[in-house]
Amino acid sequence: MRPFGYQRAASTRAAVEAVGAGDGAVFLGGGTNLVDLMRLGVATPHTLVDVTRIAPATIEETAGGGLLVGGGVRNGELAAHPLVRRRYPVLSQAVLAGASGQIRNMATVGGNLLQRTRCSYFQDVTKPCNKRQPGSGCPAREGDHRNLAIIGHSESCVATQPSDMAVALAALGATVHVEGPGGPRAVPMPGLHRLPGDQPQRDTVLGPGDLITAVELPPLPLAARSRYRKVRDRASFSFAVVSVAAALEVAGGVVRDCRIALGAVAHVPWRAETAEAALRGAEATEAEFTRAAELELAGARPLPGNAYKVPLARNLLVRVLTDLAEAP
Amino acid sequence: MTVTGARVTGSALDRVDGPEKVTGRARYAYEHRPRDVAYAVPVQAAIARGEVVDVDVDAVLQWPGVIAAMWHGNAPRLAPSAAAELAVLQSRQVAYRGQYVAVVVAETYEQACEAARLLRVQYEERPHDVALRVDHPGMYRPDHVNPDYPTDSSLGDPEAALASAAVVVDATYATPAEHHNPMEPHAAVAVWEEGGLTVHDSTQGASGLRATIAPLFGMPPDRVRIVSPYVGGGFGSKGKAHPHVVLAALAAKQVGRPVKLAVTRQQMFAVTGYRTPTVQRVRLGADGDGRLVAITHEAFEQTSTISEFAEQTTVATRMMYAAPHRHTSHRLVRLDVPTPTWMRAPGEAPGMFALESAMDELAVACGVDPVELRVRNDPERDPESGLPFSSRNLVACLREGARRFGWHERDPRPGIRRRGRVLVGTGVASSTYPAYRVASRASARAEPDGRFTVRIAAADIGTGARTVLTQLAADALAVPPERVRVEVGDSALPKASTAGGSMGTASWGTAVVRACEALMDELARHGGAVPPPGLSAEADTAQEVRGQRKLARHAYGAQFAEVGVDVDTGEVRVLRLLGVFAAGRILNPKTARSQFIGGMTMGMSMALLEESVLDREFGDYLNHDLAQYHLATCADVRDIEAAWVEEDDPDLNPMGSKGIGEIGIVGTAAAIASAVHHATGVRVRDLPIRLDKLVG
Amino acid sequence: MNGEANTIRGDAAAPAPITSDLRLSVNKDVHPITVDTRETLLDTLRERLDLTGSKKGCDHGQCGACTVLVDGRRVKSCLTLTVTVDDREITTIEGLAGGDSPHPLQEAFIEYDAFQCGYCTPGQLCSAVGMLAEAQDGWPSAVSEGDGPVVLDEEEIRERMSGNLCRCGAYPNIVEAIRRVAP
Repeated sequence: MRPFGYQRAASTRAAVEAVGAGDGAVFLGGGTNLVDLMRLGVATPHTLVDVTRIAPATIEETAGGGLLVGGGVRNGELAAHPLVRRRYPVLSQAVLAGASGQIRNMATVGGNLLQRTRCSYFQDVTKPCNKRQPGSGCPAREGDHRNLAIIGHSESCVATQPSDMAVALAALGATVHVEGPGGPRAVPMPGLHRLPGDQPQRDTVLGPGDLITAVELPPLPLAARSRYRKVRDRASFSFAVVSVAAALEVAGGVVRDCRIALGAVAHVPWRAETAEAALRGAEATEAEFTRAAELELAGARPLPGNAYKVPLARNLLVRVLTDLAEAP
Repeated sequence: MTVTGARVTGSALDRVDGPEKVTGRARYAYEHRPRDVAYAVPVQAAIARGEVVDVDVDAVLQWPGVIAAMWHGNAPRLAPSAAAELAVLQSRQVAYRGQYVAVVVAETYEQACEAARLLRVQYEERPHDVALRVDHPGMYRPDHVNPDYPTDSSLGDPEAALASAAVVVDATYATPAEHHNPMEPHAAVAVWEEGGLTVHDSTQGASGLRATIAPLFGMPPDRVRIVSPYVGGGFGSKGKAHPHVVLAALAAKQVGRPVKLAVTRQQMFAVTGYRTPTVQRVRLGADGDGRLVAITHEAFEQTSTISEFAEQTTVATRMMYAAPHRHTSHRLVRLDVPTPTWMRAPGEAPGMFALESAMDELAVACGVDPVELRVRNDPERDPESGLPFSSRNLVACLREGARRFGWHERDPRPGIRRRGRVLVGTGVASSTYPAYRVASRASARAEPDGRFTVRIAAADIGTGARTVLTQLAADALAVPPERVRVEVGDSALPKASTAGGSMGTASWGTAVVRACEALMDELARHGGAVPPPGLSAEADTAQEVRGQRKLARHAYGAQFAEVGVDVDTGEVRVLRLLGVFAAGRILNPKTARSQFIGGMTMGMSMALLEESVLDREFGDYLNHDLAQYHLATCADVRDIEAAWVEEDDPDLNPMGSKGIGEIGIVGTAAAIASAVHHATGVRVRDLPIRLDKLVG
Repeated sequence: MNGEANTIRGDAAAPAPITSDLRLSVNKDVHPITVDTRETLLDTLRERLDLTGSKKGCDHGQCGACTVLVDGRRVKSCLTLTVTVDDREITTIEGLAGGDSPHPLQEAFIEYDAFQCGYCTPGQLCSAVGMLAEAQDGWPSAVSEGDGPVVLDEEEIRERMSGNLCRCGAYPNIVEAIRRVAP
């Protein structure tokens, strides 16, 4: 690691100003991804601005039945919160599906959303990577891409966004509250993350100095019937191969409303709007779920080594929706 | 010694080093902290083949805390050695990506890391060839395979027998490169004192390492001391000397201070060995009842351009099953890759995946139960050497395992059992591992206070050797184990063999027993009383080992697996795993069970998860960390059990034991692959069996 | 953490280390210490305080061997910068035992042979202590069903302990040892 200064921000404003100045300062939350990337030489900040003592770490009810989750809330606490578990089981399940107990105790909500891709090439500074070094190339297209994107990728980048929590938040339509150099603003999910296009170095729409202060979960009664399912190579402690976050409301055998997002298929948590539209008003049957899943995945452009993800995502989507429809 | 009436051997004694390990007091290699120590961080080649043109040493020497930076251009010369991997910084040539090309030494670890990160190395890159393929023009026939087996073997006319066989299985299997990944990364702390060298290293063999390292520095072995009381796992990766030891010693010599060097997890994927990938063609010819008439097994493997390691992949096939017509072979290609090495059951683990998978395919083809098929082909004598077996209880393992597992209720039809959204199937495979023994020395000493000290340069890498040797010594000395202290892990102790080949207990145990017996004789000569300075005796088993009868000595086992395959996602989970082994006398049922289960767990991990992915463009193993190279986690291991059958074999060693460190990994992958076939109807012939091969 | 790329710059000269004076509380002992900001808690423990019980297995948060307790919660000391925990209470394997008597988990690990090489063991033990506290607090895991109190059956323990790799394969014994101690 290069030597770096360390400071504890006295306030959100001070933190934003320190990082917004653009001279190589970055926010430090739980550090589970940043310290990792610093040791790999992928991140070389000049200064760390520790926001863990100022970032809101509370979970509060909002008017109308939503929740406001502080950006500094640790993942483990988020997943365990009774209201999160009751109102948004998909979110609790997504967080618990990620990482390990130790990492969930460290990682913050804000940091989790901003974790960077686990693409092998991105993490190896001896190799080209457009995300790490714009213009250097993307060896993954010809090389190993077994667990990279099948949808929404570009010539310059096939990386995936690794957060499980982000997939649930995208499905729930959460709002990310940001304090930036220009003041506070709200970014809707999905919408925080961006597709790579020809600027894969930019994971999100945030700029320097933008600090996630909170994530707001909207009142969403149908989320009480929601779930997250993560497919991975081993039984625990590994990144998703494909994941699905879904909430479903069925009345009289007909889908009244639904929220669906896919994980590990794109540079963003992939909100399945096509499938959602196809399902609203449709019969809650496996056949309809299959039709919706296939519509959603019609736009998939898998690479030779990850074509399996298309049937996998379809099957998983159908299964999660079927299970939700059949749940008591 | 007669083990009859022994009091401690055979009992479930707790690990004698347990208290040190659970309190954090056990010190592993890197945890030794000599005064005035400096930190060395190596730099690895960023090309797969070519030459180092220049290294900008001067730039980093200006930086705070940096003491030295070495590369070929300024490194001291070592004595010439046959071990090309150990000639660190002795040449400009780069033979594989990740090879050490420089090292930086600094006052702190952080300073050394940063200097190593920014050290500018100029290369002249040449095209590389890293892809193993069966039709590679460079495929050649090595002179022998590890450790000294004939490369090929033939008996009868297998081609003719196959041509006329009623049933033929002809299938090609592939196993990927795999990395050992012991939890403790390799590390060395090198100290030069009074012209001698002491290295705290994480090694499976202190005596062997000393013998390798000393001549490189032009010294007699007695000027070098290797200390390794605790070793955080090895699995073969710490069996031979690796270049980091040389690099640490070179760096310490250069800077005139003790030096610590830790190989990082990522670096380990290039510089501490791995299991070669294999491609294996197996052909089995049988009559309609599944009686084998021909077995052929051909293996294709890789090695590096600078050193040959030829894995004995098909050697177990030479004695597993009876058949009059047989052929086995090994072919190797030199690629621009790191040198492979021993990894837990080298040869048997990948080789038996192929052979046992083929046996399952034959069972299906003949309509014979897979357990029955193996029983039917059990040979009377070693089919190729003609030697009698010292003992062979494969059939007993199969029968006992089938009984415990509930095998007899099995419906052989694939793809018909479902529990909810999960397809369920079961599979079986045989295990085997040779019962080796080599010469070792040991000393035993009676202390005046009534305690005993046994010394041997053995290694306890987690096997429980320290504990079992304590039990053996206690019985040989006829005292309770609390009165015996066994010292291992130091080349200053009596010379012993490396912890490898599952021969530790057989080799060291013989030496310890003989040393204790000699001490008992000495004590008897002293009228049973220990004289004030104490009393010592030594043993060297070279003659005893050399004189042992020529027999086919192997341990056997049978592994039974039940898997569940998710019909939607193709995720495979092992629901049950049972291993039944025949491995001579079990000396400590507690540590033995752990060894068997540990091997089976690694076998499960091999079956479902492990693959070192070679990056063809850059020539390295891409997934070089524990997030990307998947080892089984706690959640992957559900219902797993190991058992053993009684086996009385007087033709082994004084303990009547066979090695148990490796057999557990042998056959596991085949049992799981066969269970996946039984569950789904899909035969996966290339490991690992990941969901992408099953989802559809 | 702003999502922007950071790449190696062509540093003309390496800047000097930046240090910080701290008082670090480990196992209830306070250590006044000057640390390089780059030092991880794991390296400070091992290299500066000679508390080598916490192990370095991967240095990237991928194996769990470095697990310690910070204010009673289990964390990875290899991803924790020492400068960030000067106001926390750190507990390592060396501080797990109460006085002269071992922690019940330490005894159970020996009794059920829950380790072989021993290198992952301190991390397993610290993780288990933290895990039992999480379960006590009603925290769910990925395999929990319903909202009731946590019942630490084998499946729960396996999932909750999956952040600690053991290459020797002592998992069933680790689970058994923890189960014996769990309430």
